Amino acid sequence: MSAGFLRRLLRRPVAIACLVYLVLVVLVAIIAPIVLPNVATQNAGNLLEVRLGPSLHHLLGTDDLGRDVLQRLLVGTRVTMLAVAEATVVSLVIGVSFGLVAGFFGGWIDSVVTWLGDLTFSMPWIVVLLVVLAVFPQDLTATMVVFGVLLSPGVMRVVRSAVLAIANELYVVAARVSGLTRTYIITRHVLPRIAGAIIVQAALVAAGALIGESALAVLNLIVVAPAPSWGGMIADGVNQIVLDPWLIWPPGLAVIFTILALGLLSNAARDASSERWSRPAHIVKRRTRRGGSAGQNGIGRLGSESEALLTVEGVTVTVGTPPTTNLIEDVGFAIHPGEAVAIVGESGCGKSVTAMSILGLLPGTVEITSGHVVFDGLDLAACGENQLRQIRGSDIALIPQEPIVSLDPVFRVGTQIADVVRRHEHCSRRAAKRRALELLERVRLPDPKRIARRYPHELSGGMAQRTAIARALAGSPRLLIADEPTTALDVTVQAEILDLLREIQTSQQMAILLVTHDWGVVADLCQRAVVMYAGQVIEHADVSSVFREPLHPYTAALLAADPHHASEDELLPTIPGSVPIPGRWPAGCHFHPRCQYAAADCRKAAVPVISPRNDHETRCIHHEDLLATA
Amino acid sequence: MRNPADDRGGGLLLHIRDLTVEYGQRGRPAFRALTGINLDIGTQETVGLVGESGAGKSTLGRAVLGITPVNSGTIHFAGRDITDARARERRQLSRELQVVFQDPYSSLNPTRTIGQTLSETLAVHEPLSRRELEARVHKMLARVGLPPDAAARFPGDFSGGQRQRIAIARALMVEPQLVICDEPVSALDLSVQAQVLNLLRELQQDLHVSYLFVSHDLAVVKYVSHRIVVLYRGRIVEEGDAAAIYGHPLHPYTQTLLNAAPVPDPVRQKKRREARLAQPGDPANSTPSHAGCVFTERCPHASNICRTEEPHLQESRGRTRVACHHWREIAATHNGRAADHEDSDT
Repeated sequence: MSAGFLRRLLRRPVAIACLVYLVLVVLVAIIAPIVLPNVATQNAGNLLEVRLGPSLHHLLGTDDLGRDVLQRLLVGTRVTMLAVAEATVVSLVIGVSFGLVAGFFGGWIDSVVTWLGDLTFSMPWIVVLLVVLAVFPQDLTATMVVFGVLLSPGVMRVVRSAVLAIANELYVVAARVSGLTRTYIITRHVLPRIAGAIIVQAALVAAGALIGESALAVLNLIVVAPAPSWGGMIADGVNQIVLDPWLIWPPGLAVIFTILALGLLSNAARDASSERWSRPAHIVKRRTRRGGSAGQNGIGRLGSESEALLTVEGVTVTVGTPPTTNLIEDVGFAIHPGEAVAIVGESGCGKSVTAMSILGLLPGTVEITSGHVVFDGLDLAACGENQLRQIRGSDIALIPQEPIVSLDPVFRVGTQIADVVRRHEHCSRRAAKRRALELLERVRLPDPKRIARRYPHELSGGMAQRTAIARALAGSPRLLIADEPTTALDVTVQAEILDLLREIQTSQQMAILLVTHDWGVVADLCQRAVVMYAGQVIEHADVSSVFREPLHPYTAALLAADPHHASEDELLPTIPGSVPIPGRWPAGCHFHPRCQYAAADCRKAAVPVISPRNDHETRCIHHEDLLATA
Repeated sequence: MRNPADDRGGGLLLHIRDLTVEYGQRGRPAFRALTGINLDIGTQETVGLVGESGAGKSTLGRAVLGITPVNSGTIHFAGRDITDARARERRQLSRELQVVFQDPYSSLNPTRTIGQTLSETLAVHEPLSRRELEARVHKMLARVGLPPDAAARFPGDFSGGQRQRIAIARALMVEPQLVICDEPVSALDLSVQAQVLNLLRELQQDLHVSYLFVSHDLAVVKYVSHRIVVLYRGRIVEEGDAAAIYGHPLHPYTQTLLNAAPVPDPVRQKKRREARLAQPGDPANSTPSHAGCVFTERCPHASNICRTEEPHLQESRGRTRVACHHWREIAATHNGRAADHEDSDT
């Protein structure tokens, strides 16, 4: 918590308003009893002026003993604020320290602390407070300290669970390995992360203490009369509510505003404390309707032969409300029936966006703004959601990267597959179940009956991916989109999954669009490759041409960076820099700042797709130079 | 990178004997993550640890770091027994022994600047002034290819590759002798992976550091390692010179692993795939229920002895050791294929 924190906090208008209010309350608590020394001992005011409403002479009126309400409210602030501070400090000190220790050290310490917390929680607080008041009659301090102790298990639990999560983070493990002491790790690594949670808890406890103080007064358990307090005044107001309903308002509003200010300020403070290091969260809005599509470019590509199953033409996808940012631009390729096509590239190049745009599964404000996605004669980019839903699963299916996550954890896998079958085939439950077992057998799972009864978490990664493939096959799709289907799997399991995909591809004439970053997987499964860089297709050809004679420097460099080809005695050839993020793409060729063949003409204008060979496209004007040096 | 131990002065840095690690909770049978591991790492040597998930690769690294408790066996580091080192001893050890994790996102504290992260380890060991610390941080940032102003920024400002450079910088700030690299490039893209692998190599030459390099990617391990250790179900099934293991694998499991990894060449990959599919073996059934070799159920060469007797690591020809009853026959039949494999691989 530093000057920077304060600056970030004061950037929020709500925080300023709350802060001003709370500082004012504290100032009043300090100054009022000094300026108005007689109020605290005043037993009665002018008994001729009791229960007057607000007037110029008495701004908030007078109470049943003729005392000025405003003066009593101001002077009473000190007693109330002290009470709140006592309870808050006690519960934070106990709650935070015990929570930290329990969460960080775990084991038996955690068990003991949690047990103590539960014990405290289960105590009837009103009985405890009565006992305290019996021992320390009329002692507000003792009562509030005990009140703080009673509130501390709540703080302890929140802190404990926050710390528990952080204690297992790799950076805490790394800090331990680095020889840092536990005290250092707790104060420098753990505390800043839970500062937000502590701030919110502090506000909650303070609000609770404020209400507690009022409640004790209303129950007549603490009567500090004649000295005023907010709680005492509320109690007076409650007693007089029939004669003068007004009296409850001034202290009541003071309590409500203070609680409100505490809550709002704590929210702002929590945000400000993490703003420095956390990135703003993406605003993800569920998209229900697709925007209009209007693209005319990119016709006459290599992929637009009439027999193609899927033709992607000049597709541009943007994110955000205007001004929008392009995620992919002018993407075009085609997939023929029974063909396996790879989209290759590094993260951030637009591989997954391309795949998802085919299915119309783009999140939030991401949408296709131009181009066509023609599947079997139908432009999916212009289709409505209903039409797309018909196509998804039955004509085009998807298998995701993380198979276990993609399955619903609360249903048995057999049921999940049977549900998909029923959706596509409208058959009886029993027939769907039978078909599900066939599908599980189809993906060569041993003992399909037993697997069908399992829950997703009971499957290994390979089994789960086979199950996901079985589910994708339920609608007998003609195109299967596989987004990094083997990245999370062991090599031996990956080989089996690739074998399975190949077998399905050939036996059912199913086309596959494989999104991957692994050249080995491309070589193993695919016939053609689409290489993407910074939102564009930069090379498109059959797999053997791409591997033997790449016509784009990025493809060549990416192939060379693969340690498969490397000699152990030399450094790996690298590409300087990194992939630019969408919105920061350079003018001209997107790759030119990292390209060793770049010349003036690469920077000048956008590079079009050219076809130097039959069925081999590149987005490089200097591919001759590349060939010459290769 | 093929410089055998004698080139490096032959100093023995890490010496592990009969290491066994079990995970268990009360009331449940313990899971044995590592069984009878023997492993040595010399000065300025890189030992690659490969195997499938659940083989115990990461556990071995964590046992050396003292994050995972050891059930039996010993770990010696630079002559000292560190098997049950207490917190104070560990703190001193951290000067020599560091770690780089796989996930460059959760391995850096998002609330601390890069400068704070890099300097805190050093400050534990050396009483340096603020200015000296800053100079060391800038020097290290330059060494891993980051600008000096990175010190004032937060992890959130950096890409995965840059974060992994920062994690490497943190590990090397104190100039340790051994760095445990737990899948350090698995989360990175190909071109970034190449940059980080090169960096690790350059740093090894400059700082004479040793690496225990855990990875599931055989091509990466082959590229960075002097020696390779293959783990299967918590046991070492084969170990030895990296080129020998990669070129002439003798254990059926090592062969399975190597054959399963696709190579970036459609023609060669097709040949390899056909060869792999011609091999018998039932990968789906893999739970051994006997006292013999743990790989029997997946092994195309399995015989009766494999089910009754557990094979021990024995010297093979060449510079490898293998735990297989049938390695001699495999070596004989495999000769032709291995030679072919090596031809096309170099």
